[in-house]
Amino acid sequence: MRPFTYQRASDPNAALTALAASSGNPLPTEAAVQALAGGTTLIDLMKLDVMRPQALVDINPLAGSWAEINLDDGNLRLGALARMSDVVAHQEVQRHYPVIAQSLQLAASPQLRNMATLGGNVLQRTRCTYFRDVSYTNCNKRNPGSGCAAMDGVNRMHAVLGASDQCIATYPGDFAQALIALDANVEISGKSGTRTMPFAQLHKRPGNTPQIETVLAPGELISAFTINGRWPRSVYLKARDRQSYEFALSSAAVALDVQDGIVQEARVALGGVATVPWRARQAEALLKGLKFDDGLAGRVAEAAFAGAQPREHNAFKIDLGKRVVARALHKAATMEI
Amino acid sequence: MPMTARAQGPTPNTPTAQDPTAPVDVVLRVNGQDHTLSIDARTALLDALREHLGLTGSKKGCDHGQCGACTVLVDGRRVVSCLTLAVTTLGKNVSTVEGLAQGDRLHPMQQAFVDQDAFQCGYCTPGQIMSAIASVREGHAGSEDDIREYMSGNICRCAAYPNIVAAVKQAAPDIAKG
Repeated sequence: MRPFTYQRASDPNAALTALAASSGNPLPTEAAVQALAGGTTLIDLMKLDVMRPQALVDINPLAGSWAEINLDDGNLRLGALARMSDVVAHQEVQRHYPVIAQSLQLAASPQLRNMATLGGNVLQRTRCTYFRDVSYTNCNKRNPGSGCAAMDGVNRMHAVLGASDQCIATYPGDFAQALIALDANVEISGKSGTRTMPFAQLHKRPGNTPQIETVLAPGELISAFTINGRWPRSVYLKARDRQSYEFALSSAAVALDVQDGIVQEARVALGGVATVPWRARQAEALLKGLKFDDGLAGRVAEAAFAGAQPREHNAFKIDLGKRVVARALHKAATMEI
Repeated sequence: MPMTARAQGPTPNTPTAQDPTAPVDVVLRVNGQDHTLSIDARTALLDALREHLGLTGSKKGCDHGQCGACTVLVDGRRVVSCLTLAVTTLGKNVSTVEGLAQGDRLHPMQQAFVDQDAFQCGYCTPGQIMSAIASVREGHAGSEDDIREYMSGNICRCAAYPNIVAAVKQAAPDIAKG
């Protein structure tokens, strides 16, 4: 690991001021000054020499004001420094937003869930082995213009949706699928103030610039997530190579509003199969106004993967993904609330 | 508590003004005892424990947060010490496997691992034991399925898993009683 200076931020203003020192670099992931929260991505990637900050600003002391979980007004506000395990354990979150609790519960190990924060979780970097291993020089995400070793390499874990001819790296998280399904907003704080926007606009598909992963500017921090209304009929289903503690081969976040047997609202988001948190809008629209049955679930699942483009080793994710979507819909439609 | 770069005094506003190679003074409270260290900011808690304090119970397996061999408790919560910078634990209580036994009397979880033969090579065992104690205290050791799920962050390449589950089951009632 390369040397860095360490400073502890005493309050949000101090943190944002310190982080603004690196606003010269247009890429937040390459900025010389990085915020340290749980550290489960950042320290890992610094050990691998993938991330090379010159200074770390420890934002954990901000947890007092930035880690609150609030459901007081019928909506949900999650502070970005809340730890994954604390959100999972929150009984009101479990009751009113099961898809959120389940997505966090099924992510990472108990130790990592105790460390990692919500803000850091949605910004975790891809697990593409060619991105993580700097001995491969051809990675467009690390070295723009260098090519993509995964295209014709071992790409069993890679994306079948949202890829480009520059990058097929999978977005690895779980929680982001719950957020995008529930139309969450993300609150972003910077030295010049706070802005709020749809979470669905945070991540950027790789396109011709896979090195640009989000719309965050250097020096900006995610401070909170907000969700309007409650979603008690929601589930997160995750298929993986082992029963626990593994990244998704395919996952689905599903939320339904069913009244008198008729689907009024339906949300479907996909994980493990796409380059960014993925909302299957055209597929979910098929459910609206209809009575749910498993045949309908199968048609939604087909539609969700209509544009999928497999590489040599990951075509299995399309069939698997359809089954995960259909089963998640069935679970959500039949759950007792 | 003091924690400043020695060469610079109080933390300046612009971090680039500091010398990144300057040691950082930090007080680590491990198993109830304070240790004042002057360390490189890069030092992981695991390396501080092993290399600076001689507490070699916590093991370095993958060094990337994937195997759980380095599991310790920080303020009672289990974490992987390989991805925890030592400087971030200032003012917190770190608990390691060395702090469990009282004299010659093993902690109930340690005794259960011996009784159930819950290891072969033993390398992952300190992390397993710290994680197991945390599982029980979190209320996640009520069934074998729960134990397997909540111990999933601790890999055992000898595959002593059935015996580890038995050990956690054995010790859980004693630990839950407090």
